[in-house]
Amino acid sequence: MSADALAATGSRPDAAGHFGRFGGRFVPEALVAALDELTEAHRTAMADESFRAEFAALLRDYAGTPSLLYPAERLSAKLGARVLLKREDLNHTGAHKVRNVLGQALLTRRMGKTRVIAETGAGQHGVATATAAALFDLECVVYMGEVDTERQALNVARMRMLGATVVPVTTGSRTLKDAMNEAMRDWVANVDGTHYLIGTAAGPHPFPALVRDFVRGIGDEARQQCLDQIGALPDAVAACVGGGSNALGIFHAFVDDPDVRLYGFEAGGEGVTTDRHAASITGGSLGVLHGARTYVLQDADGQTVESHSISAGLDYPGVGPEHAWLHDSGRASYLPVTDDEAMAAFELLCRTEGIIPAIESSHAIAGAAAIAPKLAAELGREPTIVVNLSGRGDKDVHTAGEYFGILGKEQ
Amino acid sequence: MSRIGVAFEKARAEGRAVLVGCMPAGFPTVEGSIAAMTAMVEAGVDVIEVEIPYSDPVMDGPVIQKASDIALAGGVRTADTLRIIEAVAATGAPVVTMTYWNPIERYGVDAFARDLDAAGGTGLITPDLIPEEADEWLAASDAYGLDRTFLVAPSSTDARLAMTVEHCRGFVYATAIMGVTGARSQTSDAAPVLVSRVRQVTELPVGVGLGVGTGAQAGTVGGYADGVIVGSALIRCVLDAPDLGTGLTALRTLGAELAEGVRAPAR
Ligand SMILES: Cc1ncc(COP(=O)(O)O)c(C=O)c1O
Repeated sequence: MSADALAATGSRPDAAGHFGRFGGRFVPEALVAALDELTEAHRTAMADESFRAEFAALLRDYAGTPSLLYPAERLSAKLGARVLLKREDLNHTGAHKVRNVLGQALLTRRMGKTRVIAETGAGQHGVATATAAALFDLECVVYMGEVDTERQALNVARMRMLGATVVPVTTGSRTLKDAMNEAMRDWVANVDGTHYLIGTAAGPHPFPALVRDFVRGIGDEARQQCLDQIGALPDAVAACVGGGSNALGIFHAFVDDPDVRLYGFEAGGEGVTTDRHAASITGGSLGVLHGARTYVLQDADGQTVESHSISAGLDYPGVGPEHAWLHDSGRASYLPVTDDEAMAAFELLCRTEGIIPAIESSHAIAGAAAIAPKLAAELGREPTIVVNLSGRGDKDVHTAGEYFGILGKEQ
Repeated sequence: MSRIGVAFEKARAEGRAVLVGCMPAGFPTVEGSIAAMTAMVEAGVDVIEVEIPYSDPVMDGPVIQKASDIALAGGVRTADTLRIIEAVAATGAPVVTMTYWNPIERYGVDAFARDLDAAGGTGLITPDLIPEEADEWLAASDAYGLDRTFLVAPSSTDARLAMTVEHCRGFVYATAIMGVTGARSQTSDAAPVLVSRVRQVTELPVGVGLGVGTGAQAGTVGGYADGVIVGSALIRCVLDAPDLGTGLTALRTLGAELAEGVRAPAR
């Protein structure tokens, strides 16, 4: 990473972790010392040449990055846009998430901690964390809502194979947000030797900035690949937004390129006008959740409302504070994509390119399809859109099979 | 001096600690929680801490989570909590409110301070609000003369401890253990150390919470702290009871045991 890039990273958030009016730390005092320690470890690590070199080597030799930037020609023809897919689905463990867990595992070791805990919804972040824990010989405990352990039994088995302990969470709605609460509770009690390896660019400072710094390679690579492959920057960059890590990862390198439009696609579930969606920016309101001020799905009394999405990885009632800020500042646009739109895009990518995408990433494909005609009209030519294909769809085959009614003997 | 301050002064004059008993608003029902808190006052609990139930209580252990879930499932609203505070304050006992921050932001910080003051509440204990994020609350609590209790923890540095205590009014809340709420068989060794660290930087009374469940533990904690804060053990009386009447009886028994505990000559 260049010195300039680091300086730009340092300018936002402010020293207390605020992105404008968002972010900060809304945590028990007991955690502040650990968050301060982590902030300092993050700062010195990013300034340490040997840490950056070790991280880069791991990403290259273990995770398989840089991921390809692939010109999806048959998809392009369907969408009326030149679509370049950032193939994060080809990374080890099948998603962008490996970047974050490797970075945080390195930091864990640097802080002298020997145990990591994580929350997981569908199990993707849990599997990634268990993977890094195995590689770094760290004890690993993953909190997962009881409902999700039943829905995602295969991922539970994967985590256990990798040596992790999976703890089903039986409180609250027994889903991702409750798994996050439980991980926080574990952390408060065991903070001395334990690192909370948070799975997205959310939570209290320094997590949003720290996770962004570990996944920003997605955008750094994509920007350079665009210049190398098409000799220009794209007109737009598109990504799905759950907590926001893959989107920030690909946005970050383009934030200072004024002609590159940034689009984040939230899970619109059954529609943002219904109460069954996970679109915190489009359909939520200002609040505090899991340690940060951001957009939250909540009721009139500030109680968190349960989210819904066909995609477990987007099924979260909050969003990282930097996205809230990018939305408020107008630098990025956030739009909802429904379950049905995402599944149509899922099928389209399967059939046109022979790539089975994660249902999360299918939201980005659907979003790109929706903005393509508008961009074409605005620019008066075919637009170029980089889409972050954040993960592969193997984990989603069951959900998709049910959705399309193609499970079983007959078709 | 605030009404909480008066309660601490009075107990100090009697050579004992104040007993603070915590109950979520609306648990098991709105009326049931008023009855429970009234029973606690009658049993000798000096100060009532009303917790606003919240969907994501990260500082709380299983007992308070369960009670909060029951209250929320019963449909309790923030406005109900204010009504409960008013009813319990009418018993004459000081009523302090413990709340995660989001419900207050949602209500409106100034509006909540105004309505809390009107209901006779003394102030707020804020488990997930640190002074650095509290500008609006600092202003609103000044405007309405409400107390502010921020938490200090064994992990707080000296500098943070001094800064946090400086922003407190009424009393300081020392979290005795690194962990969530819930009765434990032993109270912690870290607590007396933390209390003496707080005493070095303030004259404010110090309450110790997290883990106290018996009269003997209350006596021990009362030996070094100005306030003994009991939550889960009291809540469990109602949670584990087959009906509210039985729960209230258990609550009175434990309340009396704890009240005796803080009067036992452990200090
Ligand atoms: C493939 C994939 N994409 C996206 C996400 C959403 O997370 P984020 O918004 O942090 O990128 C997930 C989360 O599990 C995921 O597995």
